[in-house]
Amino acid sequence: MGEVFANYDVFGAFFMTIRLAVLSAIGSLLLGTVLAVFRMSPVGLVRGIGAAYVNVVRNTPLTLITVFTMLGAHSNLGIRVADPASPTSVVDTAFRWGVIALTVYHAAFVCEALRSGVNTVPVGQAEAARSIGLTFAQNLRHVILPQAFRGAIVPLGNTLIALTKNTTVVAVIGVAEIAYLTAEVMENDPGLIVWLFLVVALGFVVLTLPVGLATTHFGRKLAVAR
Amino acid sequence: MASKHLGALAALAAGTLALSACGAGSSGSGGGAATGDGGGGNTVKVGIKFDQPGMGLKSGDQYTGFDVAVATYVAKELGKTPQFSEAPTPQRETLIKTGQVDYIVGTYSINDKRKQEISFAGPYFVADQDLLIRSDDASITGPDKLTGKKLCSVKGSTPAQKIKEKYPQVQLQEYDTYSKCVEELVNGTVDALTTDNTILAGYASQPQYKGQLKLVEKPVSDGRENYGVGLKKGDTAMCQKITDALTKMISSGEWQKAVDANLGPAGFTPGEGNPPKPAACS
Repeated sequence: MGEVFANYDVFGAFFMTIRLAVLSAIGSLLLGTVLAVFRMSPVGLVRGIGAAYVNVVRNTPLTLITVFTMLGAHSNLGIRVADPASPTSVVDTAFRWGVIALTVYHAAFVCEALRSGVNTVPVGQAEAARSIGLTFAQNLRHVILPQAFRGAIVPLGNTLIALTKNTTVVAVIGVAEIAYLTAEVMENDPGLIVWLFLVVALGFVVLTLPVGLATTHFGRKLAVAR
Repeated sequence: MASKHLGALAALAAGTLALSACGAGSSGSGGGAATGDGGGGNTVKVGIKFDQPGMGLKSGDQYTGFDVAVATYVAKELGKTPQFSEAPTPQRETLIKTGQVDYIVGTYSINDKRKQEISFAGPYFVADQDLLIRSDDASITGPDKLTGKKLCSVKGSTPAQKIKEKYPQVQLQEYDTYSKCVEELVNGTVDALTTDNTILAGYASQPQYKGQLKLVEKPVSDGRENYGVGLKKGDTAMCQKITDALTKMISSGEWQKAVDANLGPAGFTPGEGNPPKPAACS
């Protein structure tokens, strides 16, 4: 196992995995919240857009989305996310599209996790809020969403764990995270494959187990007592 | 409700049957061919690449390419019919070690680390790392003209690692397959695709890219890739037979014919050191 660490930058690769996971977790939480609000909206068209997004994206393979960002959006549509003249534009482009792909994909799951949280809020509360004159936005802001987030901690944690592991998919567009390192080791040192698998598996346990434990703990502690 | 359950059960049973049938089939043929001598069974399991035009390509139920020609010739010399299966780069050593294939002919470079896991017969071809560019691009005439250009290769591959090491000022886009790189080269996002010249010649020869792509034909790095036939470690009898077959293929002119037929259409001629002399088995 020492040979894997001595010859390859395992920590650097895992750091890239963490960067991808943190940035796309933030992105998908924001986009997912917006989508969840869309899906609860009193306006039918907006509800329809939210539902369409979730159903289309949730049922599209992440690999396809990732490859589309580079071959479709970047190359054919000419959408630039990094300065083409910069000396690191290729690496930056791949990383940023990777984050975008992960964000777009997991936002659908965050949205559904939040909606499950919304369902934990008794409908009487929304009616009560409306009856004292709160608008839809005030209702969400002060009554529904604070309780929904607390009720959705565990499913949101599950989504975060899935997201962390799904970061390996963006290796297909050349982001140098842990799956990319795996490809390099397999090419150079076929004898180290078993050790490498152990290291990668262990690394993901280290990354995801605390998330699972924390969400279970806080999910209980912060649950709204009714 | 009851009929639904029955249906599910039937499907499960059918699945189990199919699985067991499959297992029996493969283990049966494995027993026959793994012995490696002329007596056991008349098929030999050969691992090739399925996605490299000009070298090993599967289209429908047809296999074409230079590696396929070599694999078929070797099988014929062994007196057997080849039975092709895919040997993707990360799985090659495992496929050989577990006996799922008898030998692999798939742009498999001989090196010392791989020799610790498996044995090689050959080399049967010497490849250089080269550049593939658009035909109308006159700015890249060799590896010294790469500054400011964008290159593409396959993630983790030896050519990609060499580029990053020797030309750190060059930006490298990496994908999981060469076909994505070719797509990016044709649409102008990258300026060159770099890997073994055999693979490049294969893409340049594809009918849909005819006239659009050309090889620079200047070696990018000094390290040569010696393609060998991968087989079980220490199987000297098998290694000797394959080496004899390769030697015969080269001396009989079949080797040249296979090169011309598969890599020739792009105007590619094998570089220095070809045809190689297969090394002795140890």
